Parts: sequence; C-alpha cells; structure tokens
Amino acid sequence: MKRRIAFISLMTLYAVYSVWIYTRGTDTVLPMDKKQAKGKQIFEEHNCQSCHQLFGLGGYLGPELTTVISDHGSLYPAALLKSGSGRMPDFHFSPPQIEAIIAYLTYVDQCATTYKNTGTHPGS
Amino acid sequence: MNHKKIAHLFILTGLSTLMLGLMFGVIGGVQYIIPGFLKGLLDFQKTRPLHVYLVISFIFSSAVGCVYYFLPGVAGRKLYSPRLAFAHWMCQVVILVVVITGFFLGHFSGREYLEFPPALVVVILGGWSLLIFNFFKTMNTRFDHQPVYVWSWATGVIFFFITISEAHLWVLPYFHDNIVRDLTVQWKALGSMVGSWNMLVYGTTMFVMEKITNDKSVGRTKTAFFFYFLSLTNLMFNWGHHTYIVPASPVVKEVSYIISMTELLFIGKIIYTWRQAYKAAKLNYNVMAYRLFTAGDIWVFLNLILAIIISVPAINFYSHGTHITVAHAMGTTIGINTNLLLGCLIYLAFLQAPDLADKYKKYFAVAIPALNISLLVFWVALIVCGVLKSFDMQDKVPFATMMQHLYPWFALFSLAGLFVMLCLSLILLPLIAIFYKSLRV
Repeated sequence: MKRRIAFISLMTLYAVYSVWIYTRGTDTVLPMDKKQAKGKQIFEEHNCQSCHQLFGLGGYLGPELTTVISDHGSLYPAALLKSGSGRMPDFHFSPPQIEAIIAYLTYVDQCATTYKNTGTHPGS
Repeated sequence: MNHKKIAHLFILTGLSTLMLGLMFGVIGGVQYIIPGFLKGLLDFQKTRPLHVYLVISFIFSSAVGCVYYFLPGVAGRKLYSPRLAFAHWMCQVVILVVVITGFFLGHFSGREYLEFPPALVVVILGGWSLLIFNFFKTMNTRFDHQPVYVWSWATGVIFFFITISEAHLWVLPYFHDNIVRDLTVQWKALGSMVGSWNMLVYGTTMFVMEKITNDKSVGRTKTAFFFYFLSLTNLMFNWGHHTYIVPASPVVKEVSYIISMTELLFIGKIIYTWRQAYKAAKLNYNVMAYRLFTAGDIWVFLNLILAIIISVPAINFYSHGTHITVAHAMGTTIGINTNLLLGCLIYLAFLQAPDLADKYKKYFAVAIPALNISLLVFWVALIVCGVLKSFDMQDKVPFATMMQHLYPWFALFSLAGLFVMLCLSLILLPLIAIFYKSLRV
C-alpha cells in the first residue's frame, strides 16, 4: 500500500511539474514570425542539428550556432549555406530558403540571453 | 508461436540493429578525422541518425525481448496474447525498415535522437500499446507484493509511452514556435526516455542476478525499493542539467540540481557495498553474464561521478555542448546498458543452448575485458576532447582551429570506437547464431 501511495504521489508531482514546464516555466520568449518559423522548418528538414548545436542540443561536427549571428554577422553563415564547405554538404538552398534560415538563426540569437549575460559563448 | 519464440525475434532484431548501428558509428568516427569522407553519398547528416536510431533500437528490442521471455515465469501464467506480442514485433520491424530507408533518402524530422518523420510515432505508439496491454494482462495482479524488477518493468513500459508522446508535442505550433519551450520539452522527454529504458534494462538485470545468485530476497528488500523510487524520481525530474543554458525559468535548474545531487546516494551505496560486490564477482567469475554485470557496475560508478560533476551549474556551463556530454551518453549506453543487456542475453543463451553457448565461451571471455578497455580509452578520449574544446571556446578560438587542436583525440576515439565494434562483434555474432538456431528448433 505504501509503495502504491509513493508511486501515485510521484506521478502526481510529475504531472503537475510537466504542466508547469509546458506553460509558465517556458513562457518567457520572443514570438517567432512566419519567416523564422519557415527557417526552423528548413533547418529541421535538412537535419542540421546532426552537426550543429542550438543551446547545446545537437552534434559536434560543426560549430554551435546559437550566437552565430552576433559572432559573425549574417553574411558568413549565408555564404556557407549557399555553397557548403569541406565538411558541410551543399544543400542547394534557394535564396529565400537561405534568408529564412538566417531569420531563424537571428531569432535564436535574440533568445540566447543566457549566453550573453555571462560574457562568454559556449560555442564558436 | 509461444512467448519464447517472440522474445527471440525481438532479441535477434536488437542484435542485428546493434551490428548495423556500430558500423554507422565507425563511419561517423572516420568522418571526424577525414573531412569529406563519403560526402554526397552518406554524409554525417545521415550516419549520425542511423547510428543513434539503430543503437537505441538495440536497447529497446533486446530489453523488450527479455521482458517477453521472463514475464510469464514471473507472473506464473502464460503470456496473455502471443499474437499481440507478434504484432508488436511486426510494428517494430516495419518502423525499422521505413526509418532506415527514410534516412538514406534524406527524410528527417530534425529532432535530436528521434530524427524520423513524426507520423511514424503513431505506429510506434500502437505497437507499444500492445506491449502495455499484454504486460498488465499477464501480470493481472496487485503490484504491492511484486519484486522490484516487476515495478521497474512496469515503469519502463509506461514511461516510454509517455515520453515518446511528449517528445512529439513539437508538432503543435504552441511548442514548435517557442524555441525555449521546444528545447526544454525536448530535453525533458529525452532525459526521461533514457530513464524508461534504464528501468527495463535494470529490471531485467535484477531478475537475472536473482537467478544467478539464487537469492530471492535481493529484489524484495526495503533498500531495493528505496533505490527504485530514487531512480523513478531521477527519471521524472533529473533532466534539467541539459537545459542549464536554455533561458527557461531558473526553477528548472534548481529542481534538477537538487535531484542530481541525490545521485550521491547511488555512489554511496556502491562504495558501501563494494566489498560484498567484489566477493560475489570473484565467486561468479566463471559466469560470463556476471562478468558483464560487474563491468556494468563499474561503468555505473564512473558515469555517476561524471554526471554529478557536470550537473554542477558552474561546471555545466563549460562542459555542456562539448564532447563530455557525448562521453556521458556513450558511457551510459555502451558501458552500462550494453554490458548489462549483453549479460542478460548471454545468460539466456546458456539457458537456451548450453552446448553451443559453451562453444563460444572463449570468445566471450576475450571480448568482455577487451571491450571494456577499448571503451575506457574511447570515453577518456571524449572527455579530453571536451575539456580542450571548452578551453578553446573560452579563448574564442575559431572553430576550424579548434578542430585541428582536437584532431589527435578524435583519431584516438575513432580508433577506440573501431575496437569497441570489433570486440562487440565477438559477442554479437555468436549470440545471433545461438538465438537464430534456438528460434528454428
């Protein structure tokens, strides 16, 4: 009986905590516009996170991109998106697709307050 | 078809996916040290998801196979529906074929670890529902007096369903269009999903340990249940250390940090009981499964120390996003999960085909220590990569230069990875032969 009570209590706490995470715990952010959302979709469809990280989530073969716009501006990533590099494939992105990805990365950069408050960037 | 045959199908599927997954892992390692290797044919964008998906499939398929095999014996009655179990296996195989084909063709969802298109989750959930139904119908009893491994299995099957559903909340714009919410929920779901497969693996290991040592009290003590509930608490709340750098509420970080520190109790238990564990390991040295369980215990200890260190926010800030996180993931999936699961499977192999298993014993005896030594080199090389990368990041070293600095360590971890694959093959190929032969009998 005690074990069942312990289990049910933990499940209840888990449910309450989950709902809080889904709502107030993560409700402190800039809204994403349509172009940025499109950029996010392209980023996902091409599985960019297998090589790049955003907020530490993703692979390590390529650089972390959370603050790439602050660090390098938009021209440098746009050039890489256009033709790839030694390691990065050329995905043959169209100019509107590149613009959308840059818009998304700009949005991510604007949200990266945890990186900028400390003065150090966990990525290059 | 009886429950044992179905268990064999799951196990054979798991062993085959691990062989394939290791192959893609080695290719991925080569892509680290030879930039442009297979570029355009099989980019890292494809090898990484193939490796991750196939290895995770091994853990789930093998663990589920063991549960199907042992469950009727524990419940004291036949499996409720072998047909549903077979249908579950069919769902798994269909998904496997579709996902692998999709990855080769370049169809991704772009989500970490669950990179397959989201519509497929419906089939995964359908198949898993059959397992849940079969599991509880077969047990069909109050859980109060069940041993701790039954609680672990039940928790594993329930939480995989919950967490894989949660991991797909991103299809809703409410989650997808808020990067902080999206990333936080993604880490939350994935962290707890790892906990769910740990429950299946640990539950099975405890059951096999009970059989090897012939000590039924182990899974019924107050201490065993205390650590089960502590593991459950960690499964539910100890994912936040991955999100320290995500600008969510600071409460997430505080909750996670407190829960992470409860892992010290696990370390305390290992240290407190090491003498007893050492004696038992010596006593059961000839049992191949026990050697793997002992190796798994050592990896639990090493990974707990690493986990606690990287859970300290001041350290996490520098370690997260480096190869230290990969070391933690590899130590857990290979060092703990794979050692323990292979231990369970070797135990099963000796049950099913003792003569054949005995014939392969010499391979197991060589492969087990070689595997763990290779893995230790692999693990240390990744940690060194992470530490060096962290220093370079603080010095704002350009990424290309950073990769050059890390090159010798990449070469070492790739080489060690190749040895891990070779050693595992010495265990996997005989196991495939044994289970295939048993399936046909």
